[in-house]
Amino acid sequence: MQIVSLISLWFIPVLIGIILIYGTIKKVPTYESFTEGGKEGIKIAVSIIPFLVGMLVAISVFRASGALEYVMGFIKPALEAVGIPAEIVPLAIIRPISGTAALGMTSDLIASYGPDSFIGRLASVLQGSTDTTFYVLTVYFGAVGIKKMGDALKVGLLADLVGIGAAIIVVTLLFA
Amino acid sequence: MVNIIWVLLTLIGIVFAMFNGTMSEVNEAVFNGAKEAVTLCIGLISILVFWLGMMRIAEDAGLLKKLANLFKPIVKRLFPEVPNDHPAMGYILSNMMANLFGLGNAATPLGIKAMEELKRLNGGKDYASRSMITFLAINTSSITLIPTTVIAIRMNYDSANPTDIVGPTLIATFCSALGAILIDRYFYYRRTRKG
Repeated sequence: MQIVSLISLWFIPVLIGIILIYGTIKKVPTYESFTEGGKEGIKIAVSIIPFLVGMLVAISVFRASGALEYVMGFIKPALEAVGIPAEIVPLAIIRPISGTAALGMTSDLIASYGPDSFIGRLASVLQGSTDTTFYVLTVYFGAVGIKKMGDALKVGLLADLVGIGAAIIVVTLLFA
Repeated sequence: MVNIIWVLLTLIGIVFAMFNGTMSEVNEAVFNGAKEAVTLCIGLISILVFWLGMMRIAEDAGLLKKLANLFKPIVKRLFPEVPNDHPAMGYILSNMMANLFGLGNAATPLGIKAMEELKRLNGGKDYASRSMITFLAINTSSITLIPTTVIAIRMNYDSANPTDIVGPTLIATFCSALGAILIDRYFYYRRTRKG
């Protein structure tokens, strides 16, 4: 447990240090490279605004109407019997389908339950540890014209399930 | 699929509010949700600019290429059908490195390049080869070292320790990648036994 929090604390500063030292040794114009790459960050942040607005409005409406609470009431007892918080289920379902939708849900969960709550941390780990299977599948296979996907979808979704399970177990062990 | 989910979420919410008497809350939610999304994206700018700037230095210094070479022996074993010096291997490795460092935008074109090369290896046929499925499986559980966007969101909502999920995320992402590789192998051996 201690090691994991130590890694969390040291990882980013150490990585930044390595990059800067390595860049200087290799005579990269570090500051210019940094600002060049940073410009792309602005582009990305701005370009996801419409996606996030659409998804967050839909989720907010669903939540504010009371529909979310109603659905949760049904699935909660069964899930909690096996140690899965029901609040996380919508995120787990949407994660393989749409990256920006999942991002919206993650921020909604963090906003509603607090970033340092169990749900907030679980949402964070879940969002960070799996990728959008359907997106990757359509983009990569679509781009090169693969029509028969074979076992690809099955493998991808099962791997997502492993990731979700791992996220729940790790967060429960470390933070609960 | 997203289209249906999106419309359903909103419509069910509105219809539910009709019967639940929560129409005023729904009205508020429309505007608050939109506002929150924009605030969030503005908050994301800070960390995205910093991280992508850092990554550009790493790229220009050849750090990503060096790491790719380091991982080559392991990755080679995952793709036994790809010849050692085939360009596909280079693209697969660069795609993995880009994913590792959270460069999603850089990873996608590299991944598509890798797929093109894998298709050529497969004689240009329109079904997914073994290597393609393995490549996809690893990609969908992409190992990311630092979940930058998630950290930014946590900062936005005043987390006491926004980065305390880095370690747990690493463990979870490693599990899902390992799971992906094992599940991929299992399906491969099942296919070959049948055929």
